[in-house]
Amino acid sequence: MDFGLVAVVVGFLLILIGIWGILTQKNIVKIVIGFSIFDTGLHAIMVGIGYLKGRTAPILDSAVSPADALTSIVDPVPQALVLTAIVIGLGVTALMLAYVVRLYDYRKSLDISSYEDLKW
Amino acid sequence: MVRKIFVIILLIGLGWFFYGMADSFHGSDSLNMTASYYAENGAEEVGAANLVTAIVVTYRGLDTLGEVTILFLTAAIAAFFLKSKEEFSKRDVKPSSELLQTAAGMLVPLIFVLGVYVFVNGHLSPGGGFQGGAIIASGLVLLLLSKPLQKVNSRFFALVESFSGLFYVGIGVAGIFLAGGFLDNSILPLGEFGTLLSAGILPVIYILVGLKVGSELSGLLTKFQETQEEN
Amino acid sequence: MLSVIIIIALTILVLAAAILAVQTTNLVVAVISAGLVSLMASVGYLFLSAPDVAMTEAAIGSGLSTIIFFYVLNRVRGKDHG
Repeated sequence: MDFGLVAVVVGFLLILIGIWGILTQKNIVKIVIGFSIFDTGLHAIMVGIGYLKGRTAPILDSAVSPADALTSIVDPVPQALVLTAIVIGLGVTALMLAYVVRLYDYRKSLDISSYEDLKW
Repeated sequence: MVRKIFVIILLIGLGWFFYGMADSFHGSDSLNMTASYYAENGAEEVGAANLVTAIVVTYRGLDTLGEVTILFLTAAIAAFFLKSKEEFSKRDVKPSSELLQTAAGMLVPLIFVLGVYVFVNGHLSPGGGFQGGAIIASGLVLLLLSKPLQKVNSRFFALVESFSGLFYVGIGVAGIFLAGGFLDNSILPLGEFGTLLSAGILPVIYILVGLKVGSELSGLLTKFQETQEEN
Repeated sequence: MLSVIIIIALTILVLAAAILAVQTTNLVVAVISAGLVSLMASVGYLFLSAPDVAMTEAAIGSGLSTIIFFYVLNRVRGKDHG
């Protein structure tokens, strides 16, 4: 069983669930939750692509010497990208939630359909 | 209802597209060119045992600088939108339970020490500035939960954040003059592979990143905590 | 063999928690489920040989972002909770 393929498939399903949440939910907080699930799916796909079967983590110690790193570690580049992407994800989620607080102060409602100032 | 049908059609289309991608995905057996360069030369060029750290701080150091900047921007904009209430200090809150206060008093210093350990050892073991900063911020959350009325000095966070950012860029510019380029880590000697004082300037940069991320997240959480209304 | 069973259980749990987070009408349950998705994903990253990512996801995805969601929920708690 290839864990990398499983991670890619689960990641795609999480993205679909997240988009479903973003597009169908009326509550703004639920929409933000949809975005955060979308994020998790994206990270799972990227880590899954970097996984190579039967290899170990990209940390060189007594178990993996620098000489045989080439044949025994997984791809470290997607992991480095996902590491920073998770932190940015928290920042973006916090920003969206700050907008939610602001919108709630403005009209005392969490329903997205009560904000129709820009609707035509 | 029409809206939901449109969404379902969109999702089926996307799902078909994703199915094609997942179907053609097959894990490879060897590293690609970039990754094999990092795996072969990372240990001697950078000297960090954790290759993810070597990539985050040195090979893709500019990315990390940009990422820290984005985090700063989101924290600043969120703080702008969350103007804290004037009557914050006047609210009366039920004090939290004795158990929580005692446990927080014992655990918070340990959590801070764990965070510092994680980012000091970032080049040897799993962990680093981002994880250590997040651990420090979660220690602060425990403190805020146990003492809801505690006024947190946000100027302190701002100072720590600004100075660590300044030193981060300063070290990067020093790399242009003293070593091979921006954020090159061979300003200091590389040292013996696998020890705490190795990998040149890399541990210093990761400590600065840890302080910056920790103070940014703490400031963000404090802002959200200050908007709480009374119940 | 054991790892295959754990992976299957994780897959089912992640998808169930994600669907619950999107579909439930109770906001507290939704936030907790979103945290659960992150926690299960961080266990999954360990199986994908990515300990750094697992640490970050556990500390940030399931810790700090859940806390921020709860601060906001407490702030906007009002008439409509649907």
